[in-house]
Amino acid sequence: MNYRWDWQVYLQDTGGGQTYLQWMMSAWGWTIAVAILAWVVALAFGSLIGVLRTVPNKGLQLFGNAWVELFRNIPVLVQIFLWYHVIPALIPPMKTLPSFILVVFALGFFTSARVAEQVRAGIQSLPRGQMMAGSAMGLTLPQTYRYVILPMAFRIILPPLTSEAMNIIKNSSVAFAVSISELILFAMQAQEETSRGIEIYLGVTGLYIVSAFAVNRLMALIEANVRVPGTIGAAK
Amino acid sequence: MSNFDFSVFNFELLRSFVASGLIFSVQLTFIAMLGGIMIGTLLALMRLSGIKLFEIPARIYVDGLRSIPLVMVILWVYLLIPLFLGRAIGKELSAIVTFTIFEAAYYSEIMRAGIQSIARGQVHAGQAIGLSYAQNMRYVILPQAFRNMLPVLLTQTIVLFQDTSLVYAIGAYDLLHGFETLGKNYGRTVETYLGAAVVYFIICFSLSTVVKQLQKKIAIIR
Repeated sequence: MNYRWDWQVYLQDTGGGQTYLQWMMSAWGWTIAVAILAWVVALAFGSLIGVLRTVPNKGLQLFGNAWVELFRNIPVLVQIFLWYHVIPALIPPMKTLPSFILVVFALGFFTSARVAEQVRAGIQSLPRGQMMAGSAMGLTLPQTYRYVILPMAFRIILPPLTSEAMNIIKNSSVAFAVSISELILFAMQAQEETSRGIEIYLGVTGLYIVSAFAVNRLMALIEANVRVPGTIGAAK
Repeated sequence: MSNFDFSVFNFELLRSFVASGLIFSVQLTFIAMLGGIMIGTLLALMRLSGIKLFEIPARIYVDGLRSIPLVMVILWVYLLIPLFLGRAIGKELSAIVTFTIFEAAYYSEIMRAGIQSIARGQVHAGQAIGLSYAQNMRYVILPQAFRNMLPVLLTQTIVLFQDTSLVYAIGAYDLLHGFETLGKNYGRTVETYLGAAVVYFIICFSLSTVVKQLQKKIAIIR
């Protein structure tokens, strides 16, 4: 293979008053923005649903389980199309929402099912005595969750949450399907326009690896700071 | 709500638009599963071999593929194969190659965990009765690792089946594409996207129910 590299492609003008490098950086920004906002949605709904699946109420448990099965068993790309085409047809006011918001919710709800599964597992991994200790002290059920169960559960599930956080960056790539100008859409369009696919794809792949690594380090930092004293993980 | 029209879901139309897509999605899943598990097992053995020359390339392969999005890999393979072969091989074949090499990375992590979960005494027992490394793997370690990991391997296959929808990026004709084409031809995309979601859900939900049952069974055996 004697491929003739041409990295100057990044300095070429796209025809829109910016270079391909600038376009790629703004695409990276969209990828990160989709991922972070979707992660906020996923954490909020995932924690709530995960808790619902453990409370002593059959109806709430059923709702939580249905939520997880629904969002886990449909491919994320199809879910994006559902949010983009089907839900606005059912609820007309949603037609005015920008596709960015729809993608954030689609990706967030998809990931919430996985987060809920981790939260449930974290809560159930605690000894039953924790819950009883809470009620013995006169705490209400919400108080027990707030002050006893959740602070422990979240620390236990930080490692799997780290991989979910890394997944959401990778999964944000499906946003290309509804024309969000993120990294994959940039890669496809810039490849088409410049025919320097290898250089473009290498740049985009590099940015994905950098992002995933950054999330990994950030979560490791959080993990190190909130370790439960006295557990194996905390032993230095 | 009132202007929904599900008349596009009749046998003739489904057969001519959706059936071939469904067949391709299932084909892709099966080939990538079989190829992925085989390559994945080899990668797992390389990583556990204790020989740096095997260990490091396997680690780079697995960690590298696991840190980039599948869509990116789909685009890479679709771009590179014509460059290497000098001719295009078609979207469908390109997708099959992509999914096999991509899923191998994920299956290899599962197989590695499976092999590591086998008690050390099993290895020693194999050595004690004079088995070579290959024989020991073939007759003692891998059958147990494989059986213990069966539910996890199948769960990964369900994820794989869902991910096949991502061949959308290169326009290969899969289940989702079938529904989409049907919808576009008859101006009923809302209904057909909904239909696609229902079909994916039914398939994945029933498979995961089967896996749950299997998990219970295997848990008893152990």
